[in-house]
Amino acid sequence: MEELQLLEAVERYLSGEMTPEEVRNFEQLRKSDPSVDQMVVQHSMFLHQLTGFGENRSLKHNLHNIHQQLLQNGDIKEVQPKAKVVSFLKKYRKVLAAAACIAGVIALSISGLVAYLTPKRTISEIEQLKRELYSVKVSQKQTQNEINSFKNGSFRPPASGFGGTGFLIDGKGYIVTSAHVVAKSDSVYVLSKDNYYKAAIVIADENTDIAILKIIDGRFQPYKNLPYAIHKGSSDLGESIFTLGFPRTEMVYNQGYLSAKTGYKGDSSAYQITISVNPGNSGGPIFNEAGEVIGVLSGKQTTAEGVVFSSRAKNITKILEEAKKADSSNNIKLNYVSSLKKMDRKQQVKKIEDCIFNVLSY
Amino acid sequence: MITDSNEKLLLEGLAKDDKTAIETIYKQNYNTIQAFVLNNNGSVDDARDLFQEAIIVLYEKAKRDDFELSCQIKTYLYSVTRRLWLKKLQSQQRFSGEISHVAEVVPVEDELERHNQKAQEFEMMEKALNGLGEPCKSLLEAYYLQKRNMEEIAGNFGYTNANNAKNQKYKCLMRLKKIFFAQYKNED
Repeated sequence: MEELQLLEAVERYLSGEMTPEEVRNFEQLRKSDPSVDQMVVQHSMFLHQLTGFGENRSLKHNLHNIHQQLLQNGDIKEVQPKAKVVSFLKKYRKVLAAAACIAGVIALSISGLVAYLTPKRTISEIEQLKRELYSVKVSQKQTQNEINSFKNGSFRPPASGFGGTGFLIDGKGYIVTSAHVVAKSDSVYVLSKDNYYKAAIVIADENTDIAILKIIDGRFQPYKNLPYAIHKGSSDLGESIFTLGFPRTEMVYNQGYLSAKTGYKGDSSAYQITISVNPGNSGGPIFNEAGEVIGVLSGKQTTAEGVVFSSRAKNITKILEEAKKADSSNNIKLNYVSSLKKMDRKQQVKKIEDCIFNVLSY
Repeated sequence: MITDSNEKLLLEGLAKDDKTAIETIYKQNYNTIQAFVLNNNGSVDDARDLFQEAIIVLYEKAKRDDFELSCQIKTYLYSVTRRLWLKKLQSQQRFSGEISHVAEVVPVEDELERHNQKAQEFEMMEKALNGLGEPCKSLLEAYYLQKRNMEEIAGNFGYTNANNAKNQKYKCLMRLKKIFFAQYKNED
């Protein structure tokens, strides 16, 4: 009987039906008697459980009614699946399962192999696309070779160091490439078809990732005209683009489109382009359809697929002004009229390819 | 997190067991879910049961104080249904390794575990109530579930006054608690 009274007290306490005085007394009791306290906690949990049960049951009931009603109104339809499809599935389930298993195993093993064979990336989020040809460092021997070959006139630079791409901006032998391709190098060579020329760095700007080289080799025959131009304005999203570069020792052509008007983290001096490129493409020219250079390929984001950045062509103009200020003998004239307009891509590439160089830095 | 104010209203309605809100959610999502279940060897009955269970999971989530839905209702319902159906197929050993994937899914494991726990407790409560017998069962349901007042209940159940009904209710409640907690201990 006492238990019943206690239960009543607890319930009145929990539902707030007690007078303030009763509450005070009850809380006193609760403090002095742990069993009362425990009962309050337990009962509160139980009531919660009971109302939860009620709500759950009423919701289920509602759902059932709503289902029937919507069905009657035609808002939802119960459609039986086609028997044929099901039996087909049932019939071949085992075969499908086996095929799926095999496919799974193959996929896993291939991805395992790929993961195993993929070279580890650097931690930096932007992987600069310079190609490390061989990991042999500059040595006494190479310097010796260089001196020897100078004496002999024509020579072949030793195959070591970093590779990138460059392109002529002035027929007198001025070449644009990416600053990171020639960074920290003590000698630079450019290679076109079978000719190797020694080049000097005129100026390099790490911020815009552009460097200007000058061929300082007596054997170089200046070009009268360049077929392509440097684009002056800004370019539009979706504009189709192409590039030529040296991810390997052969020249490789790739095409894509302009995907954003800013570069990595909103860098307004760059574009984002979508194109498939590899280490070695760095410094390559990005042409629009008219054969105008709109940018210089700079790097790709390692954390995202197909995201490549290009320094804007106007950075070339900027850096040229600085070069002129520093040394007035650098009288570089840019070509602003492309002779490649309205040509098909094959012919454009044929005209351009002589002006693209493989840049090797040591 | 929900940008769509409509969805927010729907969820608030659902948490209050509001019929129009539930109807709207039902209308907007049932056919997609049914198609998914049917396409994966389920029947119309499976589809209905799974969909209703998914709504209950969403309802339980919407009632929580720290409630936050980081995706659309349809994505959530699809994710829950998909998970539930996979589980069912696995338990029946009908799972053949492939289940078609028609939309994005969000992780729902934790919530489903909580839901299962709750469902078990509700089952215990139901058993306890059924074991109680009449008139206790109806008396308690009238007061605690339908929230009717004591005077009304006393009239309906033929008690001379509300106080008598109340005393009877407490006796019933004590018995119910005993049965329920006995099961609770057994479960542990």
